[in-house]
Amino acid sequence: MADYLRTEDVDKMYGEIKALDSVTLDVEKGRVVTLLGSNGSGKTTLLRILAGLEEPRRGNILLEHRKVSPEGLRQISTMVFQKTVMFNTSVYGNVAFGLKARGLRNEEVDKRVSQALASVGLAAFQRRKAKKLSGGEQQRVALARAFVLEPEILLLDEPTANLDPANATIIEDSIRKIRQTEECTIVLATHNLHQAKRLSDEIVHIHMGKILEAANPEDFFMHPSNQITRRFINGELQF
Amino acid sequence: MLETLIEALQQALDLIWSGDPEIVSVTLRSLYVSGLATLLSCIWGLPAAVLLGLSSFPGRRLVKGFFNALLGVPTVALGLILYLLLSKSGPLGIFRLLYTPLAISIGQSILITPIIVSFVSSALESTDVELRDLARTLGASRLQTNLAVMQEALWGVTLAVVASFNRAIAELGVAMMLGGNIRYVTRLLTTAIALESARGEIAFSIALAIILMVVVFSISILLNFLRRG
Repeated sequence: MADYLRTEDVDKMYGEIKALDSVTLDVEKGRVVTLLGSNGSGKTTLLRILAGLEEPRRGNILLEHRKVSPEGLRQISTMVFQKTVMFNTSVYGNVAFGLKARGLRNEEVDKRVSQALASVGLAAFQRRKAKKLSGGEQQRVALARAFVLEPEILLLDEPTANLDPANATIIEDSIRKIRQTEECTIVLATHNLHQAKRLSDEIVHIHMGKILEAANPEDFFMHPSNQITRRFINGELQF
Repeated sequence: MLETLIEALQQALDLIWSGDPEIVSVTLRSLYVSGLATLLSCIWGLPAAVLLGLSSFPGRRLVKGFFNALLGVPTVALGLILYLLLSKSGPLGIFRLLYTPLAISIGQSILITPIIVSFVSSALESTDVELRDLARTLGASRLQTNLAVMQEALWGVTLAVVASFNRAIAELGVAMMLGGNIRYVTRLLTTAIALESARGEIAFSIALAIILMVVVFSISILLNFLRRG
């Protein structure tokens, strides 16, 4: 199962700014890997590359030891963005979007949308206008819209960053449920240490575009080997 | 003076209420000519707007600037250029379009194309960038992504189309120069208002002006109503 997904020496520049600097990361299949880091550390950039939305300036993305293109990544992954974006249609229309884009039959679409919405506690919201929902409800729709496609890789960018604790708990429970029921590899970006601890099989600390530490939650929090990671965990990092 | 105006207004309302055949004919012709002009401008303007709003290519800003500059083109100048092109001795004279309703439609469609292109491309550009990324990460093709963005910008697109129609139906220069204001052939609301007021037929002019404003306002009100619905 090792080395299901691998980023190899990945660099990404935005103008003069180096967003990712020689990032090499291995993700095992079916695991929840958390990219932990401050704002602007490169977490979202790495997720966007894994989603096939951006191309690295240098380096490769490998899937089961084979180089995979951005198009290939878009076929097997789905991303939930930090800023929740809803299509201007019903909750049903939002969750059904990807299924319809794949040309699934209407009965299959109906069935899968119902199941996905039920799993995030929004079964009764199908006909509601998605943009009229609260922030927490919209984020749950976004999660349902992503995992209804049964992606091999689910990419979650700060999925609870703007939510109250109650909605954050619902989202976290949904992520755990997805993990239990789907054969899905999850890469989660967060700056929330507690969330990383609660959800992850492996935690990766990104700082200024570089991976400083990668370990299981216990080792990560109890025995961090990197000085900067230690300061980050202790809340002493000022930049 | 005020009494004269009130009397003219009363006569104008009577003319409308009585369904004066000339007023009906001019109104229907105006709707047809400007409706066709809007349709024509949509046929070539919408694809251009989508290209400008959703793609990036060298010279895109220049093309957009060109269309923005055309928003302020004087209608009489455009009318004159088209008149010279369509006149018997002009390069397009062979088609014998001058002084036909079709000539006015073509002229109006050229006049309003910059409105369609500029407004629709801006509406498409102003949709969330994240929306395109979202559609792509959900497995949408380029076409499906563009359709999703267009659906998102539907209100902006509709507004642009309605603004174009209103601009066309209220336009005078092109209609006068290319149509010639021929009674029962190319006479429109605006050209008839210009003619009748010059002839001192104030009541008739007021009746036509009321109809023109009702057409323009009722479309906008209907649109607002539909949006709320």
